[in-house]
Amino acid sequence: MNDFERMLRDAAGTLPAAPGAAAAERLAERAAGEGLLDVAYAPVDSPLGPLLVAATPRGLARVAYLESWSPDQVLEDLAERVSPRVVEAPERLDEQRRELEDYFTGRRTEFEFPIDWSVLRGFTRKVLRETARIHFGDVRTYADVAAGAGSPRAVRAAGNALGANPMPIVVPCHRVIRTGGALGGYTGGLERKEFLLRLEGSRL
Amino acid sequence: MSVRLPPFQALLDAHGRDVYRFCAAMVGPVEADDCYQETWIAALRAYPRLRSARNLRSWVLRIAHNKAMDAHRARSRRPIPVAAVPDGAASRPAGNSSESEVLGRLKELPPKQRTAVFCRSVLGMPYAELAVVLESSEDAARRNVHEGLKRLREEYER
Repeated sequence: MNDFERMLRDAAGTLPAAPGAAAAERLAERAAGEGLLDVAYAPVDSPLGPLLVAATPRGLARVAYLESWSPDQVLEDLAERVSPRVVEAPERLDEQRRELEDYFTGRRTEFEFPIDWSVLRGFTRKVLRETARIHFGDVRTYADVAAGAGSPRAVRAAGNALGANPMPIVVPCHRVIRTGGALGGYTGGLERKEFLLRLEGSRL
Repeated sequence: MSVRLPPFQALLDAHGRDVYRFCAAMVGPVEADDCYQETWIAALRAYPRLRSARNLRSWVLRIAHNKAMDAHRARSRRPIPVAAVPDGAASRPAGNSSESEVLGRLKELPPKQRTAVFCRSVLGMPYAELAVVLESSEDAARRNVHEGLKRLREEYER
């Protein structure tokens, strides 16, 4: 590199370096307006640690515990399963953030924002749709959910589907426990399942 | 077989800064934001159809190069208000050239040369990558850098 190129480089150093948050927000809004924002996501704080929440234009697509998953893992998975047009757009998730906050502070017992069921397939979708019908404060067994999903003998498969729930908290897999009352497993760790059940006043 | 594309946000995070500086250098700070927006919207539109996840930086900068050319064309169609030119404004201060002056001259180069010089001298881009940006051969990319720098240097030394 000669002196002249160095001068050019120094000059470029005086250029505005970054577009800033306003430009990012404008970009996300415009992308959404033109139907190009297939998956919007945002970090959301919770008493269970940081979450990543993602939605398609049809509804919620993902809630991930960031102490269990890295953001890169979550986003790569969304890019592969839903669409590579994944963009951080906190303002697109205001509703979800607000409702989650209300839930954790005891002001809300069910979520009103839609869920995009099309991101799920087959038996997993059936099991999770069945799970979504369990109300705040109630619990069901794995066997109940398997039966509700139309396959009473597929208790283990139902357990696997619940373990792979991409929308914990909102699709309340924490409300599914073992026959006999043992908690069973939980995608985010058992202490989180206990926390959620206590929050909902379920007898443990 | 479709390719595995990274989440689009990864491109924004990795290359947003370079694209923004590129736009600012090519069209100036006032229009930089528009150039930036146009670039990323066009990239987002085309993204799912990409057949390779390689050279994503040069792919985005190629779009930015085209958007910067659009901005230049649009400007050349607009009437330019002529302000009163203060005496001596046309002559350069002797000896040192200010940073904005260097960038101003870069903007005056033909489109391929100014993109080539910026990508090479400021971003340190290899010629193979630059060839993707310019949709040219590596040799042509090299020539554009060489010609652009030569021209800038000649004007500077004049």
